Amino acid sequence: MKMRAALLGAVAALGIAPAAFAERGADGEVKLTFPQAVSIVNPYLSGGTKDILAAAMILEPLAVVDPDGVLVPRLAVEIPTMENGGVSADMTSITWKLQPGLLWSDGTPVTADDAVFTWQYCTHPEGGCSQATKYEGVASVEAVDPSTIKVTFAAPKPNPYTAFVSGLSPLLQKAQFEACLGAAAPTCTDANNMPIGTGPFMVTGFTVNDTVSMTANPNYRDPAKPAFATAVIKGGGDAEGSARAVMETGEFDYAWNTQIPPDSQAAMAAAGKGQFVVAFGTLVERIEMNMTDPSADLPEGERATVKHPHPILSDIKVRTALSKAIDRSILVEVGYGAGGKPTCNIIPGPEAWASDNPACLTQDMEGAKALLEEAGWTDSDGDGIRDKDGKKLSILYQTTVNPIRQDFQALIKDWWTELGAEVELKAIDPGVFFGGDAGSPDTFQKFYADVEMYANNSDNPDPETYLGQYQCKNAPSPETQWQGENINRFCDPAYDALHAELTQTTDIAKRQEIAKKLNDMVTKDSMVVVPLVHRGTLSAHSNTLGGVQINAWDMETWNVADWFRVK
Amino acid sequence: MTDAPTPPPTSAPASAPPKPASAARDIWQQFRTHKGALFGLIVLGFLIIAVMIGPYIWIPEKLTVAEAIKLKNQGPSWRFPLGTDQLGRDMLARMLLAGRVSLAVGLVAMLIAIVFGTLIGILAGYFRRLDGPLMRLTDMFLALPLIPLLLVMVMLFRDKIAGMIGPELGAFLLIVFAIGITSWMATARIVRGEVLTLKEREYVLAARSIGARPHRIIRRHILPNVISPVMVAATLGVAEAIITESVLSFLGLGFPPDFPTWGRLLFDGLQYMQVYPERVVWPGLAISLTVLSVNYIGDGLRDALDPRIRGR
Amino acid sequence: MLTFTLRRLLLAIPTLLVISLVIFLLVDLAPGSPMSDIPLTVPPDVRQKMIEALGADQPVFVRYVLWLRQFFWVEPAYLFDSWFGTTLSEGEQRILSWQSRSPVFTIIGQRLPQTLTVIGTAYLVGVLIALPIGIYSAYRQYSLFDQGGTLFAMIGFSVPTFFSGTLFIIIFAVWLGWFPTKYDTQLEVVDWDTFWEQIRQMALPVMTLGLANAAAISRYMRSSMLDNMTMDYVRTARAKGMTERTVVLKHVLRNSLIPVVTVIALGIPSIFGGAIITENLFGVNGIGAALIGAIHASDLPMVQTLAFIFAVLIVLFNLIADILYGFLDPRIRYD
Repeated sequence: MKMRAALLGAVAALGIAPAAFAERGADGEVKLTFPQAVSIVNPYLSGGTKDILAAAMILEPLAVVDPDGVLVPRLAVEIPTMENGGVSADMTSITWKLQPGLLWSDGTPVTADDAVFTWQYCTHPEGGCSQATKYEGVASVEAVDPSTIKVTFAAPKPNPYTAFVSGLSPLLQKAQFEACLGAAAPTCTDANNMPIGTGPFMVTGFTVNDTVSMTANPNYRDPAKPAFATAVIKGGGDAEGSARAVMETGEFDYAWNTQIPPDSQAAMAAAGKGQFVVAFGTLVERIEMNMTDPSADLPEGERATVKHPHPILSDIKVRTALSKAIDRSILVEVGYGAGGKPTCNIIPGPEAWASDNPACLTQDMEGAKALLEEAGWTDSDGDGIRDKDGKKLSILYQTTVNPIRQDFQALIKDWWTELGAEVELKAIDPGVFFGGDAGSPDTFQKFYADVEMYANNSDNPDPETYLGQYQCKNAPSPETQWQGENINRFCDPAYDALHAELTQTTDIAKRQEIAKKLNDMVTKDSMVVVPLVHRGTLSAHSNTLGGVQINAWDMETWNVADWFRVK
Repeated sequence: MTDAPTPPPTSAPASAPPKPASAARDIWQQFRTHKGALFGLIVLGFLIIAVMIGPYIWIPEKLTVAEAIKLKNQGPSWRFPLGTDQLGRDMLARMLLAGRVSLAVGLVAMLIAIVFGTLIGILAGYFRRLDGPLMRLTDMFLALPLIPLLLVMVMLFRDKIAGMIGPELGAFLLIVFAIGITSWMATARIVRGEVLTLKEREYVLAARSIGARPHRIIRRHILPNVISPVMVAATLGVAEAIITESVLSFLGLGFPPDFPTWGRLLFDGLQYMQVYPERVVWPGLAISLTVLSVNYIGDGLRDALDPRIRGR
Repeated sequence: MLTFTLRRLLLAIPTLLVISLVIFLLVDLAPGSPMSDIPLTVPPDVRQKMIEALGADQPVFVRYVLWLRQFFWVEPAYLFDSWFGTTLSEGEQRILSWQSRSPVFTIIGQRLPQTLTVIGTAYLVGVLIALPIGIYSAYRQYSLFDQGGTLFAMIGFSVPTFFSGTLFIIIFAVWLGWFPTKYDTQLEVVDWDTFWEQIRQMALPVMTLGLANAAAISRYMRSSMLDNMTMDYVRTARAKGMTERTVVLKHVLRNSLIPVVTVIALGIPSIFGGAIITENLFGVNGIGAALIGAIHASDLPMVQTLAFIFAVLIVLFNLIADILYGFLDPRIRYD
């Protein structure tokens, strides 16, 4: 890895292409298609992954994360570590060195000032920067000299690789964005849609929510790359259509996010024009159990708040029984095929961070029934539905409108019915469900249901922030306008204390151990979160497109400079 | 439509006494000679009976999830006459159950839209003073973006209605109302256009000059003459209502997600169209047959109600 | 007729203002938030900041008045500036989409050409197919042609475009390989080759939409013709010895056009409104796709502006239909 960076540097310095490499632009055009179209090419103002994927072809960070979850230098000479002196001993600062001779696509040199500006841009209080968490805890960013960037943290930071790392926080050119600070950020339409970058491509044409046209960056540091002279991203349609355009009609070379039923995957792959590729990050489809009472009989303001514990699900035996009744391998077979694996963890990867927790992988219907009996849920009136103290075991199960999720709902309803529960299903428009509108009863934060299903992930291989979601203080409530990430209102002081310890721990092995413990506390120990499927990101590429290395830890377009046409 | 001069002919054969002079019987006689109309009536009747009693006759086997999954995506066979879906559920049972909702929603929502649209159209066309306000109201409803309107309706009313009359009936009412309220405008504009020319025709002027009340003129002279565009609108309305229902379920406005409807089966089958084409053929066929039969019934009704044709 | 037209145009102003307010309140009240597409990894406080940066946290009436000002003053001023090089709109905020931060009118400008060529052509094709089918079906009622036309129309509107579109893709693009499935919006027609390319990529969306449009219009045409075929004046015209051609195409057709004109007038604004599903399916970047995308992303300025323009077109074309009624049937009076 270091070897490769050194090699790249040497190549750039000498200005000659090794014979093995093709000439820049020799392979014509590469065409990508996304089911959702690109709205804006500035990742700091972006509304979603689709935009950042496009931006990652143009803008570059100091370092990226490779498919194995390992940091690789991009604009930096090397990854600063404690050993090479790049990270201070007290972990309050990190110093990056820029590669020599870097140019923006307009020919001007890249300097440390650009990084300082990028930090100011994203942390401006009126800017509404969507990647603000990347700069959280950063006290200052200084340009020590034109090629040295020093990031100082307000407190010791065990994981200093957040700012300027990964496609989520690339460098912006100061000259272009200088007038776009704060409230002016959205008004700089040209800069937002055609940012000047250091990446292999530069934008030549942009139609909102439709097409991004790009040509090879003439000032890209490797004179032999990219192999393609132009690139196009066409957006819109659905996963089906995108997959078809690559796998069956061959109109496109690469399709991102082609989540389609396993049967259709097989049929399309049989056409022989392309292949599906999958990468597993931390995305887990899960059922969240509501620890509070969502009953409509409670007054608004007390409904689904910690004031009223859930009448059924507060009992860990019931939660465990519900989890035991599910056969996760059938779910994978029906919904995801090669794009998913059964899991019992909310942190299923990277391997070093994942707890060894296979207990839930085998369905145990009898065990589940026994648990319910033990908890006092019996079918006393013979109607097939268990009850206890005159209360029926009745569950409202909600999720978003999505064909795979509806299949999951149907299957899980069958299992739970077999268990002796009465299940009512509900599907909600994803825009409403994830919209967080405090006025709507159907948001996932309000959780006016007994259980709900969706997927979530950590955007960093280090799950500290992600695990922080389940702290008591993050429970959504009327006081917080129903904002908060602790969806099930799980509250365990021991969890909070352990998470606080994680934020202080610097030793990597120790961190992994704590993370596993935290993972177990919300999953197998308490069954507050019932993980179902570890989902991969499924994309498709044509057989004539070479060099694709799908990456779940960074943007899939992270190595687009190395893509080439198979002849 | 409640003001229609004659009762619907479908009920005529059973209830009407055998008086040759009866208008209803006369219309039925004419209707019967229309082959297409008769065919439409039989097909629609068959569909309605099938979905009404079908689910009691055709009871799918009770299978556990693991067993059912092994039987997924099967083609038609004696065991599963229409095959199975991606979860191994019997398609025939689902189609029959789905038909209940789809037919009910399609016919009721269409009736609401037609009655409301015709009423607004006639009032606006006949009474000049109402024309402005009613047509501007129509413009407004045409201009309102449908999806936010539906989302707002769900947010405001779903839980309240469900609390009052139960979730399933509540969902039905809300769906029928939502489709009705958003699809009457075209009918209203078309009827109004027709009424504008009709009311200047000689026979209407004659009726008015002998002092006939507006109420009577509308019933006797206007309504029978706007029947044919209304029939077309009705045919279009059934198809649209069945499809709109499936759109509503994507917004979380419809029935619970495990409740099949033809529109939803069609949409679900879409992603399997290449691999298992029969998955879209069955619901598509059912919707088309319904629309086709409503259309032919409309054709026959129009001919039967036209005194000039009837006389021949 | 002139005074009628003028009065209606004047009356349209308050009507449209009321409609714009109703749309604004409706879209604002609808659940959903511009943040719903953002990954869950973005924490609530950052979301709140983003909402504030959009100005979406302002009271609804403040935002409505701001939108009115932007729509009726800033945008026209900007247009004026770009024509005459003046500086009327300097320092003024144009209407920006929340989703893309681009000016809404720039987006409309990018999308209008495709909307008009694809959807417009589809509509035109639909009308051109529908009218002859409707006329001939009525003239030869219950003939083989009529039955065939009926079947065609029934399939056309009982099969939703999401179904027929996908079917066309599978048959004509996947199996036969005749047409592309994705519309290339960057294609510029400069010579015969690119023209041919444009025709090929328009084929599938135009077919899908044309079928749906033709179905409905042909039914209205047929039923209205049938009503008039049996009228006394037709018998009189025939008795006078006029040719069938004159009778049908001059007398019957003219009198049958009123409902058809209404339907077409209702349909033309929908060309601009676009065909949401078809555009999405084929990747035609039309206005309809923009509207649906904006609705799902709760992009209020975009939805509001598009819905309002749509409302203006509806009011306008309904007025045009009313004027046409007067020409088709001089007995109709409005004053």
